[in-house]
Amino acid sequence: MNDTKSIIKRLLGSFRPYNMQLAAALLLAVLNVAATLYAPILTGQAIDLIVGKGKVDFKGLVPLLIVFAVTIVVVALSQYFMTLFLNKVTFSALRDLRDAAFDNLSRLPLSKIDSRQKGDIISRLISDVDQISDGLILGFAQLFTGIVTIIGTLVFMLTINVKIALIVVVLTPVSLFVARYISKNTFRFFQEQTSVRGDVTSFVEEMTGNQKTVKAFAHEDEAEEGFGRLNEELQRVSTRAIFFSSLTNPATRFVNGLVYAAVGVIGALSVIAGRFSVGQLSCFLTYANQYTKPFNEISGVITELTGAVACAKRVFELIDERAETDDSRSPNLKRVNGALTAENIFFSYDPKVPLIEDFSLNVRSGQRIAIVGPTGCGKTTFINLLMRFYEPDSGVITVSGTPAAEVTRNSLRRSFGMVLQETWLKTGTVRENIAYGKPDADISEIEAAAKAAHCDSFIRRLPQGYETVISDDTGALSAGQKQLLCIARIMLSLPPMLILDEATSSIDTRTELLIQEAFGKMMQGRTSFIIAHRLSTVRSADCIIVMNSGHIVEQGTHDELMAKQGAYAELYNSQFAQG
Amino acid sequence: MLKLFGYLKKYRLEAVLAPLGKLLEAIFELIVPIVMKRIIDTGIHGADKPYIYKMGGLLLMLGVLGLASSLTAQYFAAKAAVGFGTELRSALFRHINTLSHSEIDRLGSTTLVTRMTVDINAAQQGVNMLLRLFLRAPFIVVGALIMALTVSVKLTLIFLVFTPVIWAVIWVITKRTVPMYGAIQKGLDRTSMIVGENISGVRVIRAFSRQSDERARFKQSTRRLQDRQLAAGREAAVMSPLTYVFVNIAVMLLIWFGGVNVNTGSMTQGDVIALVNYMTQILLSLIRLAELIQSLTKAQTSSERIREVFAIHTTLSDRGNKPVKAVKDSPAVEFRDVTFGYSDSERSALEGISFTAGRGETVGIIGGTGCGKSTLVNLIPRFYDATGGEVLVNGVNVKKYPFPQLRGAIGIVPQKAVLFKGTVRENMQWRKKDASDSEIERALETAQAADFVHEKPEGLRHMIEQDGRNLSGGQRQRLTIARALTGDPEILILDDSASALDLATDAALRRAIAEKTCGMTVFIVSQRVSSIRNADKIIVLDDGSIAGQGTHAELMKSCRVYREICRSQLTEEEVSRGE
Repeated sequence: MNDTKSIIKRLLGSFRPYNMQLAAALLLAVLNVAATLYAPILTGQAIDLIVGKGKVDFKGLVPLLIVFAVTIVVVALSQYFMTLFLNKVTFSALRDLRDAAFDNLSRLPLSKIDSRQKGDIISRLISDVDQISDGLILGFAQLFTGIVTIIGTLVFMLTINVKIALIVVVLTPVSLFVARYISKNTFRFFQEQTSVRGDVTSFVEEMTGNQKTVKAFAHEDEAEEGFGRLNEELQRVSTRAIFFSSLTNPATRFVNGLVYAAVGVIGALSVIAGRFSVGQLSCFLTYANQYTKPFNEISGVITELTGAVACAKRVFELIDERAETDDSRSPNLKRVNGALTAENIFFSYDPKVPLIEDFSLNVRSGQRIAIVGPTGCGKTTFINLLMRFYEPDSGVITVSGTPAAEVTRNSLRRSFGMVLQETWLKTGTVRENIAYGKPDADISEIEAAAKAAHCDSFIRRLPQGYETVISDDTGALSAGQKQLLCIARIMLSLPPMLILDEATSSIDTRTELLIQEAFGKMMQGRTSFIIAHRLSTVRSADCIIVMNSGHIVEQGTHDELMAKQGAYAELYNSQFAQG
Repeated sequence: MLKLFGYLKKYRLEAVLAPLGKLLEAIFELIVPIVMKRIIDTGIHGADKPYIYKMGGLLLMLGVLGLASSLTAQYFAAKAAVGFGTELRSALFRHINTLSHSEIDRLGSTTLVTRMTVDINAAQQGVNMLLRLFLRAPFIVVGALIMALTVSVKLTLIFLVFTPVIWAVIWVITKRTVPMYGAIQKGLDRTSMIVGENISGVRVIRAFSRQSDERARFKQSTRRLQDRQLAAGREAAVMSPLTYVFVNIAVMLLIWFGGVNVNTGSMTQGDVIALVNYMTQILLSLIRLAELIQSLTKAQTSSERIREVFAIHTTLSDRGNKPVKAVKDSPAVEFRDVTFGYSDSERSALEGISFTAGRGETVGIIGGTGCGKSTLVNLIPRFYDATGGEVLVNGVNVKKYPFPQLRGAIGIVPQKAVLFKGTVRENMQWRKKDASDSEIERALETAQAADFVHEKPEGLRHMIEQDGRNLSGGQRQRLTIARALTGDPEILILDDSASALDLATDAALRRAIAEKTCGMTVFIVSQRVSSIRNADKIIVLDDGSIAGQGTHAELMKSCRVYREICRSQLTEEEVSRGE
């Protein structure tokens, strides 16, 4: 609960830049409620001037109707501007939240990003923030106007007639209790429905999402049978959930009807007794009708509030997640000659599972380092450390004699050119994508890079050439073409050191040849780290690092390692094992 | 939406009773102001207390009747709507199951999943609203008009003028805001896309130090989103104040002209109150109607999307096919001058393909991406129909087989390793429903998957999560191979299914398949020469046609394309070693 309080407090704090607008909105809300409640009193007074044949006081009616007209205008204008101010506050605060969350996201260490699911982060930034606007901010406004309305109605009613006011006051909350009772009980049914619906969705995702596999194994009938069972279950729980939840409206309407009848009868008796007028009765009837509304709204707001607080918590978690240490005061890495050393590096993702232990390496400028090993052996860990995506637990990596940890990450990373097997392109034009590392490059530079990476010809065949908009999941480009674009991206900036991940099977032979050629061109005179899948690459490397389940098991040249008859020799020979 | 109403057939009675109940409720509600008028005119003005009590009792009864009819309506509406959803869901699932690979390619399985889940839920929700509210709201409007008419013909004129005006206000604003909300959704999608890109591309973005540009890009997108939200908010904020103004102008007119009529004796005080009440009822109903239309448009789009799927019919079916008998001494698989083109591309993917694969032979298929390798093997289980020529299995055209017989004889390992939620055993029993543990063990052994399955404490009972998330890529791939091998299919198709395996495992797998599957006809599709070099027959595909077929040695002599592929992948020494 304390937690909830502090979250709400913090959220309200996010309105601070918009305090003026918020105050204006609240002020207008009070004005709006007062005027809205005043209108029925005026109508009632007007009706009291229309008693019967020949007993209509037109002279009194005229000023009353003028006041009524003014009241209407006040209601309308105050409501309109209140909404505008509230919108302004809401949507600005939301934007601030999103910006803050994204800002921190872009500064988080990779470990914090890798350990989360992409969908989870997206939903925190998108749907959770939306929920906050629905639940908390609009809810807050509703809560406020609701309370003001209740208080206002009470005051107005009590000043007119205490006895009848008490009837309304006592009876109306009954509807609140009925509504609470129903929603409490239906919550269970809804949870049930959500869970079964989730089952149906994941079943559909599996079967329909993998329809081709289902067909390949002639599994359609079994799938239908399984689906039928789930679907029936869903029907059972859904009918129940929907029916019970739809009871709220009729039930509160019924209670409302009771209040109305009671006010009608007792009010009428009071009129006969001379303590009440017909106009006042009509005014009370209107109040009786309106009075339940804020109660129902408030009960709805409370449910939404709980949800919104949970969402806010998730958003704040992201905003509060500790970012990478600030390195803006560190010097930039300058004069990179390509030499690199690693001394006694220890690293693990999970302290309980040691991974890289006491690893040392000495790379001279221009050398080629091949990293080999079975899938999942930790080759990417090596890249993570070189690029400072992750920091070693102990040990020092130096680049051109400078410890990597002592310079800015940005300048360190810019001294490497990286082509990963998992290509990534951003949504944008081909030109923007190639110039990603050098946004101010002019078109001739870009075209030159594309030509060097053998991209130019297929880019020209795209519908808008270099201006064609592509994205990561674009179907227009093959995996190989995407990889070539990533190479062109590096070709444009050509940093002094390279990290290359050789493609495996998803690329056809001809493209593969082009890629290798491009790689070769880039590597000339540059220190290169290659995650190698091709033994020809391995054999020509100056140093081979053999990794297995996260450890570096061997290090040396091809001949040295073959002579050792160890892991490398085994790996090398398996390639020639006759299948 | 109406076109999907056929799925309500089983719930016809419920679908009629629900709106009927709502209608009754509306009638009871419309009587209330008249009763109140009587209380005022007869009860109060005649000081008739028993009459007031009687009318109070009547109000109470109307409330009870209203509650009863409303509950009935809600019950039947829930039943009918959920029933509709259930029927529709199972019909769509069945329909999707009949679609062939070409239709799935065209629609995309992600879309199909959304249509099965989100869209059907929206349609169900739409039916529920429709049954409950669609008749009620217009009925109250018309009913209130009629009731007003019984009170005063002349003053009903005011109703006749203002009802359409208020409706016009609601309608115009709703119409204008709907596309604005669409734009907001698009803005949200874009914002969400940027977040997604920043997560999946985090390494590239940081490698190029583009974080601050990405932050600017995100900020720009949230800014645009906020602008759209504010614009839509400005528009929507007009609705409520404006309708309030119009209704109250009508109320003012009613009071004034009511006063005139009361003065002449043609109306009573109670009449005026009743008319004011009817005016308010009309406003509330119109607002509900507008909300309803807004949500119905959503349901309408969903229905359209569902209908689109129903409108697509499978282009290949096995209807009427009787089990066939193998032709004696025929090859296991034969292609006779087969041509194939995917419907959406004009160029043929395969052309003039002819070859035979004898029983027990191993056939390797090699060539670059997009040369038609996968397409070729997909024709064997008849995932697609050849556009020209004939595909024969055991001497019989595949079009003559019932699907379960044809596909039951084939074990296929698709490129994408798809596993389903369930135990290892359940997954292994996909091809052969009653496969015994020893059969499964044998298949796991051959697929090199036995070791890691045995390492799990639950062995075959080990639970695989959706999409096989709790397994590595290589493990998933080996399990899909084992699944295809379970129950010894006559034909085994490995469609580039060793891509996630390291070289040593790949080699062991090939050896095991060669040893343990005698009698099985095996197709191996691969980009790696090493995977297919020892096949009995190698088919070299180049751009959709056969560039050569024969053994490795033969092709090295006769086929230029094959030689090129070999050179790119193997060293000179390796190339010659196979000869």
